[in-house]
Amino acid sequence: MGLTGQFEANYITLTVDNAVNWARKGSLWPLTFGLACCAIEMMAAVASRYDIDRFGAGIFRGSPRQSDLMIVAGTVCRRMAPVIRTVYDQMPEPKYVISMGSCATSGNIYNSYAVVQGVDRFVPVDIYVPGCPPTPEALLEGVLRLQDQIMTRKVFVKE
Amino acid sequence: MKIPIGMEDGQDNLIAQKVKGAYPDCFIGATLFRGDLSIHIEKSAILPICRFLHDDPEIDFDYLIHITSVDNPSVAARFEVVYELFSIRKKHQVRMKARLSESDCEIDSVTSIWKGAEFLEREVYDMMGIRFHGHPNLKRILLPDEYCEGYPLRKDFPVEGRGWRDTFAFLDT
Repeated sequence: MGLTGQFEANYITLTVDNAVNWARKGSLWPLTFGLACCAIEMMAAVASRYDIDRFGAGIFRGSPRQSDLMIVAGTVCRRMAPVIRTVYDQMPEPKYVISMGSCATSGNIYNSYAVVQGVDRFVPVDIYVPGCPPTPEALLEGVLRLQDQIMTRKVFVKE
Repeated sequence: MKIPIGMEDGQDNLIAQKVKGAYPDCFIGATLFRGDLSIHIEKSAILPICRFLHDDPEIDFDYLIHITSVDNPSVAARFEVVYELFSIRKKHQVRMKARLSESDCEIDSVTSIWKGAEFLEREVYDMMGIRFHGHPNLKRILLPDEYCEGYPLRKDFPVEGRGWRDTFAFLDT
């Protein structure tokens, strides 16, 4: 920036994007959206052994209006689809979606009349976490990749 | 009736004998598979036979475990409604089977005997399209009321459905 070293102590220089994104990525409040067995791994990721809170994503909310991150964990049935969309619409901006596991990502083996073949057909997905179900480590990796992605975004410009 | 391979004739069973004695015209046969008794009956007599099984003090089927249905398109009467009955006091169990053809897939409801049949019959209706005569509230239970693609558990229904899973009308509003 050319400003480094020009001030006295207790100043740092960084872009607004950097500061805001850093704050956003550090307090991702996930929405509890467990639909199937993936939710068990999600719960394990929250509990003490893996402790998703180390990355600031530990405060699971029961209400979409208090959360930034929706983790769709499990098989998405067609009848659940409008519910997921409504909950997504109720979340305040900025909002992020993690599709956890093969079912939420592609329907997995459930090629049936009632199972949606990927949650990205009706909500935008930022990160896909593969696995059946993904291990808690895999979900943590997904959260970390999402944080990397958040850091690359522009804050005051519409993308 | 012809006993399928792997099954035994169950006509000598006490419950089968009682049903045969009370309703000889509507009793088709009985089979045993690994000790499980199945009684095959005419669908027209399902209600009186179930009433008999429920009320007879020696048989005393006070508990309806489940109602389900089977589709076998290679047989003329392709549908089969299966009732699983249990007696809590006598601790015995029986499976009742009644066959239906596609043109006349309607059977009497047993909700007047076991109240718990209400949801079970709704599920059979939802998945297989079998109508239950005398049911108090016969409508879909798992699929939405406006679902109009047919009955998903029928063998001629495509596994992937007919497009419902890929249409998201709520996105347009």
